[in-house]
Amino acid sequence: MRERDDEWTGLMRSAIAGDSAAYHRLLKAVTPVLRAAARRGLARAGQPVDQSEDIVQDILLAVHLKRHTWDVTAPFAPWLFAIARNKLIDALRRRGRRIFVDIDDFAETLPGEAPAETASASEVAAQLQTLPARQRDVLQSIAVDSASIKDTATKFSMSEGAVRVALHRGLASLTAKLREQ
Amino acid sequence: MDTDQLIRTLAADNAHRARPVGFSLMLALLAAAPVSLLMFFTELGIRPDVMVAMRNPFFDLKFAVTLALAIAAIAVSLHLSRPEASLRGFGWLLLAPVGILSAAIGGEMMMPQRLPMMTRLVGKNSWMCLTAIPLMSLPLLAGALIGLRHGAPARPAVAGAIAGLLSAGLAATLYASHCTDDSPLFVAAWYTIATALVTAIGALAGAKLLKY
Repeated sequence: MRERDDEWTGLMRSAIAGDSAAYHRLLKAVTPVLRAAARRGLARAGQPVDQSEDIVQDILLAVHLKRHTWDVTAPFAPWLFAIARNKLIDALRRRGRRIFVDIDDFAETLPGEAPAETASASEVAAQLQTLPARQRDVLQSIAVDSASIKDTATKFSMSEGAVRVALHRGLASLTAKLREQ
Repeated sequence: MDTDQLIRTLAADNAHRARPVGFSLMLALLAAAPVSLLMFFTELGIRPDVMVAMRNPFFDLKFAVTLALAIAAIAVSLHLSRPEASLRGFGWLLLAPVGILSAAIGGEMMMPQRLPMMTRLVGKNSWMCLTAIPLMSLPLLAGALIGLRHGAPARPAVAGAIAGLLSAGLAATLYASHCTDDSPLFVAAWYTIATALVTAIGALAGAKLLKY
């Protein structure tokens, strides 16, 4: 557990320093832990666990947009789990259940629970359709077609800077829409 | 969209850097301050005998109390903008203005007074104090909430309440230079009620606006 936390902290420091590959690895590494905790939270609230992926994506978006509130000298895991806990409680409340989420839910992964490699969720995809066309095109190009920023810029005859702006605005408004729904 | 696709998209946006919350808060307060200052100078203004008043330590103590409140609330606001933070270990900062005010009351009690205690407590400007401080706070509160939206507070209502304290502290600093009631008893009674009102508004607004 200790090693895992140190590894996450190291990856996040590299990410903040500008290393996108480290950031990608970090998000991949935390996702199964978040997924397991979301499943446990849903199960305890008597909700179908197949909604867990919406919660996972909600947490990942919040982590991304609030990462400037992480103190680079502090360990990463407590910060991550605070956000995850907040989002899980929110999600359960929105589904009409009041429930106390145990912080330990995140600290341990249940043995024998083989997390799916990846999973689809409907909420982000649905909100994506309501974005302005330019933001939606850029997000789709990068997410679904796995195009780089450069390729996306060429495809839509935009500057790379404009693609970056559209990408960030798209992610920010997706998150705002998810919060308001 | 599957989660791998989302992760790829987030990684592609890694180059984007958000401003630190402290910087956003400062910008938003600087943008809001002219509105409150305009309200102050058009409706109230600094008291005419300010040069004489400055020789009265109880006039100066009003600023010590209101500025201690504003500064402590700014520090606590920035601390609470982190998702894993709580009031524990930081909340005691908010006792600084209370301590200064208590010491000032004690000091005044020990000095010979021309006016009886009730007269000093009730003062001449209580109604003005109760309306001017909250009204001048509102633009600053709006600014503080906008700035703090860049943070991720675990308890939005608490963070909003502290934003209320912050803006009331700044507005009370302006008001203190207008008001001719300098007794710490007056400050303890009326400034506190005005501040509590702004804090309640901050908590209600924060619960909605500071959710992330």
